Amino acid sequence: MIPLSHYLILAAILFVISVIGIFLNRKNLIVLLMAIELMLLAVNLNFVAFSHYLNDLSGQLFVFFILVVAAAESGIGLAILVVLFRNLQSIDVEDLDSLKG
Amino acid sequence: MLNNFVMPDLYPAAPEIFLLVMSFLVLFVDLVFGATHRWMAAMLTAVSLLGAAAITLVTSDPQPVLTFSGMFIDDMLADFLKLMTYLAVLMMLVYSRQYLADRGLDKGEFYLLVIYATMGMMIMISAASFLTMYLGLELMSLSLYGLVAINRDSVRGTEAAMKYFVLGALASGLLLYGMSMVYGATGSLELGGIAQALYHAQAEKTVLVFGLVFIVAGIAFKLGLVPFHMWIPDVYHGAPTAVTMFIGSAPKLAAFAMALRLLVYGLLGLATDWQKMLLVMAVLSIALGNLAAIAQSNIKRMLAYSAISHMGYMVLGLMSGMVAGKIDPFTATNAYSSALYYTVAYVLMSLGAFGTVLLLSRAGYEAENLEDFKGLNKRSPWFAAMMLIMMFSMAGIPFFIGFFAKFAVLLAAIKAGYVTVAVIAVMFSLIGAFYYLRVVKLMYFDAPVDSAPITAGLDMRVLLSLNGIAVAGLGLFPNEVMMLCTTALLRSV
Repeated sequence: MIPLSHYLILAAILFVISVIGIFLNRKNLIVLLMAIELMLLAVNLNFVAFSHYLNDLSGQLFVFFILVVAAAESGIGLAILVVLFRNLQSIDVEDLDSLKG
Repeated sequence: MLNNFVMPDLYPAAPEIFLLVMSFLVLFVDLVFGATHRWMAAMLTAVSLLGAAAITLVTSDPQPVLTFSGMFIDDMLADFLKLMTYLAVLMMLVYSRQYLADRGLDKGEFYLLVIYATMGMMIMISAASFLTMYLGLELMSLSLYGLVAINRDSVRGTEAAMKYFVLGALASGLLLYGMSMVYGATGSLELGGIAQALYHAQAEKTVLVFGLVFIVAGIAFKLGLVPFHMWIPDVYHGAPTAVTMFIGSAPKLAAFAMALRLLVYGLLGLATDWQKMLLVMAVLSIALGNLAAIAQSNIKRMLAYSAISHMGYMVLGLMSGMVAGKIDPFTATNAYSSALYYTVAYVLMSLGAFGTVLLLSRAGYEAENLEDFKGLNKRSPWFAAMMLIMMFSMAGIPFFIGFFAKFAVLLAAIKAGYVTVAVIAVMFSLIGAFYYLRVVKLMYFDAPVDSAPITAGLDMRVLLSLNGIAVAGLGLFPNEVMMLCTTALLRSV
């Protein structure tokens, strides 16, 4: 049987990749949305691994809710992206600079 | 499995269910009458909030009630915070009516998103498990992202929405990661179960503290504490002023409830750890908020930095519950109710300040620069006095509600032994007084740049006056307000 720590380390690696994706990404907003999805999936992996290891179903239940909310979240994110593109004609992160101070 | 399904007791969640049903009605009414009678959706929203307030009062129970398998709680704290939320949202609706109508934003979507965001806040306030807390938080946040982008032709609005969305989603991710760690260490998602597991010291401490760091980061994001404050100035600046006012008022109550439920009801066993984290963030927020606000020329941005510093002061109360590793019920209640008092006082002041910004705006003109306040006393002495009250109260000048709120949190911090922190907080509040008093100076001693008459409706004038009177008047009864907060806290879990 694969020990719990393997799952946790994998989830932590995915989580770190997604945080790096959000902070170091200077190019494209869609990559940002992908990083956010990856972050939620890392959390899901964590929950499922713990749930199995603790023999407690509530963790897996939480995962279903996170999946649904993540779908709604990317729906809103893409909608904002579309209106932003109509206003700016660009989805580069560097073009988000009209608010400063 | 199905035969042991028990129907949950829906009675404690009656206000939320009522609001949900009413939201369908608003949707329907907007579909049928939206093109011809725009006022109907707004009216119905206000009626739903009043109805929810009535139901909250009727179903109020002095004893805490748990329902939905221990995931939802209805206690006095929840009732008190929910009533304040309805009040804040209703005031926002009245203040922003004219502003929205002038800009063609008074569409059904606006009112629906406001209802859903309010519902999210109510669920957060009543959450007794990680699952309900997360769902409430997301319902609120997703609606707020939509509201920030409601003026979809505005570059600033959509850019602010994008920034808010990305950082808000990051905050939710951090919070969830922390929740998964705490779940793994304690084996429970319910706050009560987590508190039990911590009490019996069954859990692995390293994993718990690791998870706690992420949970505190998520909470700090929602409260807007340094170093997780980056979204606040941009979102306050870019969103339409009515939405800024909404984000700057009621969600602070929900964020306070979230911090209290997660940290105090759930993770009190780790208080020595999270108090240290909150301490650092409180000092940084007070310092950066007050210093950065001085440099602003846009009043919405100035109020954003002021919000950061105010949340820092509020956290001073939240982190003073446990003294020297021991929980004394009396000290703890005092500290948490001072934080609650501060939040309520801040919401009233913030509504009043943004209300004045809305009052001065008119069709095709945003009164969002500090210059727009020049000579307000010559244009309208009464509303200049109202803004003066808000600014004095925010600066913490004696005998306004903001003074007693600051006094209470500082007292709690001193009692918990954080004397140096309290001194630093007072010094920065003196620095902060500079930018609040600058607004007063502009209003009273400068010549008006813009001399158009103020065209707000009667409802707004009356409510803004009442708001000003409340901020000044409640300062005369600090003990009564404090008692109310303490009672609400004592009658909760």
